[in-house]
Amino acid sequence: MRKKIGILAVLLGFFILVTFPLWHSVGMRHSLEPPNLVLPANQKNCVMPVAYMRSSHMFLLLNWRELVVRHDQHTFRSFDGKSYNMSLTGTCLGCHNKQQFCDRCHTYMGVQTPNCFNCHVDPMALRGGMR
Amino acid sequence: MSDHAPSPQELVQITYQPKGSTDWLEPVATLSKGRYCYSAAAKNLNAMDLPNPREWQPFEEDWKLPPDWQKIILNGMQARLKKFRSFRLFMDICVRCGACADKCHFYLGSGDPKNMPVLRAELMRSVYRRYFTVAGRLFGKWAGARDLTVPVLKEWFYYFYQCTECRRCSVFCPYGIDTAEITMIARELLNLVGVNVNWVMEPVANCYRVGNHLGIQPHSFVNSIEMAVDDIEDLTGIRIEVPINRNGAEVLFVMPSADYYGSPHYYTLLGYLMLFHEIGLDYTISAYAAEGGNFGLFASNEMMKQLNYKIYAEARRLGVKWLLGGECGHMWRVLNQYMDTMNGPADFLEVPVSPVTGTRFENTRSTKMVHICEFTADLIHQGNLKLDPSRNDQWRVTFHDSCNPARGMGLLEEPRAIIRSTCNQFYEMPENTIREQTFCCGSGAGLGTDENIEMRMRGALPRANAVKYVQQRHGVNMLACICAIDKATLPTAMNYWVPGVEVGGVHELLGNALVMQGEKERTTDLRSEPLKEKEKEAPVHA
Amino acid sequence: MSPLRAGIAFLLVVLVAALAYFGAETAAVRPLLADILPYAALVIFLAGFSFKVIRWAWSPVPFRIPTTCGQQKSLPWIKANRLDNPSTKTGAWGRMALEVLCFRSLFRNTRAELREGPRIAYSEDKFLWLAALAFHWSLLFILLRHLRFFLLPVPHWLLGMSALDGFFQVGAPGLYITDGVIFLALLYLLARRFWDAQVRYLSLLADYFALFLLLGLVLTGIQMRYSDRVDLERVKEFALSLTVLSPHISAAVAPLFFVHLTFVCVLLAYIPFSKLMHLGGVFLSPTRNLANNSRIQRHINPWNPPVKVHTYAEWEDEFREKIRAAGLPLEKE
Repeated sequence: MRKKIGILAVLLGFFILVTFPLWHSVGMRHSLEPPNLVLPANQKNCVMPVAYMRSSHMFLLLNWRELVVRHDQHTFRSFDGKSYNMSLTGTCLGCHNKQQFCDRCHTYMGVQTPNCFNCHVDPMALRGGMR
Repeated sequence: MSDHAPSPQELVQITYQPKGSTDWLEPVATLSKGRYCYSAAAKNLNAMDLPNPREWQPFEEDWKLPPDWQKIILNGMQARLKKFRSFRLFMDICVRCGACADKCHFYLGSGDPKNMPVLRAELMRSVYRRYFTVAGRLFGKWAGARDLTVPVLKEWFYYFYQCTECRRCSVFCPYGIDTAEITMIARELLNLVGVNVNWVMEPVANCYRVGNHLGIQPHSFVNSIEMAVDDIEDLTGIRIEVPINRNGAEVLFVMPSADYYGSPHYYTLLGYLMLFHEIGLDYTISAYAAEGGNFGLFASNEMMKQLNYKIYAEARRLGVKWLLGGECGHMWRVLNQYMDTMNGPADFLEVPVSPVTGTRFENTRSTKMVHICEFTADLIHQGNLKLDPSRNDQWRVTFHDSCNPARGMGLLEEPRAIIRSTCNQFYEMPENTIREQTFCCGSGAGLGTDENIEMRMRGALPRANAVKYVQQRHGVNMLACICAIDKATLPTAMNYWVPGVEVGGVHELLGNALVMQGEKERTTDLRSEPLKEKEKEAPVHA
Repeated sequence: MSPLRAGIAFLLVVLVAALAYFGAETAAVRPLLADILPYAALVIFLAGFSFKVIRWAWSPVPFRIPTTCGQQKSLPWIKANRLDNPSTKTGAWGRMALEVLCFRSLFRNTRAELREGPRIAYSEDKFLWLAALAFHWSLLFILLRHLRFFLLPVPHWLLGMSALDGFFQVGAPGLYITDGVIFLALLYLLARRFWDAQVRYLSLLADYFALFLLLGLVLTGIQMRYSDRVDLERVKEFALSLTVLSPHISAAVAPLFFVHLTFVCVLLAYIPFSKLMHLGGVFLSPTRNLANNSRIQRHINPWNPPVKVHTYAEWEDEFREKIRAAGLPLEKE
């Protein structure tokens, strides 16, 4: 009998582990809502449609890096026909605040700060606030 | 040798590449002669109160099964699923990774895909799925399930009597699935409808009533022992005494009966008796519990218990303190893993202590039964025996680990320690063929009968092949082992595959080397073969 | 037979994928897939898994039958193999740990070949062990990594683990080592079932099904991470909504995700009915999890049956005259 109870106890332990996310959320005091991303006030569109940017911005950034560094191209024509300088610091971070935009979502998703930011500084943070 | 056996050259026309076109779910059409044992005689079933005693043979079309045989088997399965976790688990969790496939000596010797342990088990599993699982009930053969039909039953008989319960597959299985366990259950189920083999049932019935496999009655038993005493006197000039059924001895010695009626087992018996005399052991053997072997192991757990009962019962009657067991493979599987559970507790005995060395055998403190190799290895290690290994110089020895002491016990070093002290020339076979990876003799678990000769030789191929390796490399001419079935069947296998290699027991080698007090100079070994002349000192090269 | 079985298994997995894909685009089915299927799968998994384990646990272990794979403990001067032939409970735990974490038994694997002579040659064959180990460890890593969708905030150990998995920092999103490893391992395990004649012969539809399902799962995952990305923020929103039992999924989540999700659910629900129960069963195998101490301590069989025995007295009665003639002592004259 003791062995059966032992097996049941281990089984129960396994189930607690498997359903851990449920218990974890029940215990959460804070909201599970997605982060509130502060969008630039003075722009209506990004360089690509929102849906693309939400899922695949990292592809775009890598592509930019490739074009600038290896092919010396600097101008990006956006989906709505505008021209942008391909620059993370200058263009992206010119509109988006790293802390209130990039980091919030990355933290929510558990994406560790990408090494982009090892080199690229956040100009707004340097200036001390939003424009 | 029977006419069923092809020549070695014919027999090795084997491929390990099963044809993909056939489907294993289809039962084999015919049972091939030379690959199965004859049915059990009705008198033997009657002796053990087993169901459906009748005259029949496996090669006949009609096996005269009881009308409700399917129900009997399925109920039997149901009952055993509830009684054995091993059975239920092993039915459920095999992933068919195939790691076991080429580990079976019968597969290596036959190339028959249904001898792959996984498929042997699937023969049972497919029926389990059909009647005991949701997927099998719903999807039939697409879920690998099949109906329990007469051809399926015949296939069970065929292949579960092509398994020697050696457990080698279990060593390699990531879940430890032990085909021996499945074979044992399958044989229990077959027993329920009266499908048994005589080579198992006759020894069981004899052992139950008379006390040993051959049914040798007390007076003949005494004669055999007296013959051994005479032979020892001829050899050594010493007249020893062998107490039988003696009350109040310290030790009850139990050996496989083949030791006193079989050859080359007999030389091992001489070795034991010489040893016991030399150390002055206060012991007795018994004409009632005259069988260490237990063919019940190959029939059902109940029969195993019935036969094993006698050992403790006799120890109690004679008032001994502890038990010593001889050289036998499956006997030690039973003694090590089943006896205490089945017929214990042995609380009327004392923890074995070697009267010579004072060593307390703590590893047997519940069962109180010591293996002769443990006992002798201890004597040698403590320096209590005078040995002359040169008296074994005619032998270039290799050691065959018997399946059960290796994989059901772990008795690996003790016999080796004895061989190293008693022989000057000892050579190991290749690594994957010894110790826990040892190969079966091919005739264990009740398959060692003449009509089964082809399958036995097939099963012996991997073992013989490893022996051949050391024969060619080191001139090995003696295959030492500690199993009565080995001693009975390996000589045939050696003759067939590796002529020139004899088979002998470890205590035969000990008997040769043992220098006894007051013995005359020996001119022959235990087999009455002249000793190898001591070589002159080789000239030293500068 | 085998190609047919493999083909049907493959089609079954394609069918699951197609149902999920088109279901995701059908207004009536989409909520079924997202809101109900995951719970149904989890419930089936938990209930089925317990059922199986309890049924195993309630079947007793009548005999102590470890497969001993090394030297026993006997005389003090003989070195016992404490892991492959444990004589203590601790040793048996150690053996189990080796088995479960390192696949000890599979590591022994060899391949036999019959050569001229005849000579049977055994060669090391560690690929099965390597692929199995790589697959299982990668799967565990990947499962744990997926916790980032279910936990908020994402715990540090999880971030650390993901960083370790993405150690090489290739591309963005960073390449996970386990993604490549699990794919290659599965591919090997599948290829083996086709190429190895022995394994091909014995494989059942279920064997292919499990592999194709896992491959489908891995491939859709890889596709969503490295190529056709889905909106992960909304996926996480969905995952979190599942944890608080009020599931809702954004219309912006692409059908590809539904295929991945459905594969997971099918796998989860399939486990209790299949060989994948080895997940639980491996811990209960009596040839591995017991100490070889049956001569040291009596093992109890709860149903130890009474059997008919042939007693000494019966034996003596039957053979009295012969025993007397042989000069052996008798109990009753």
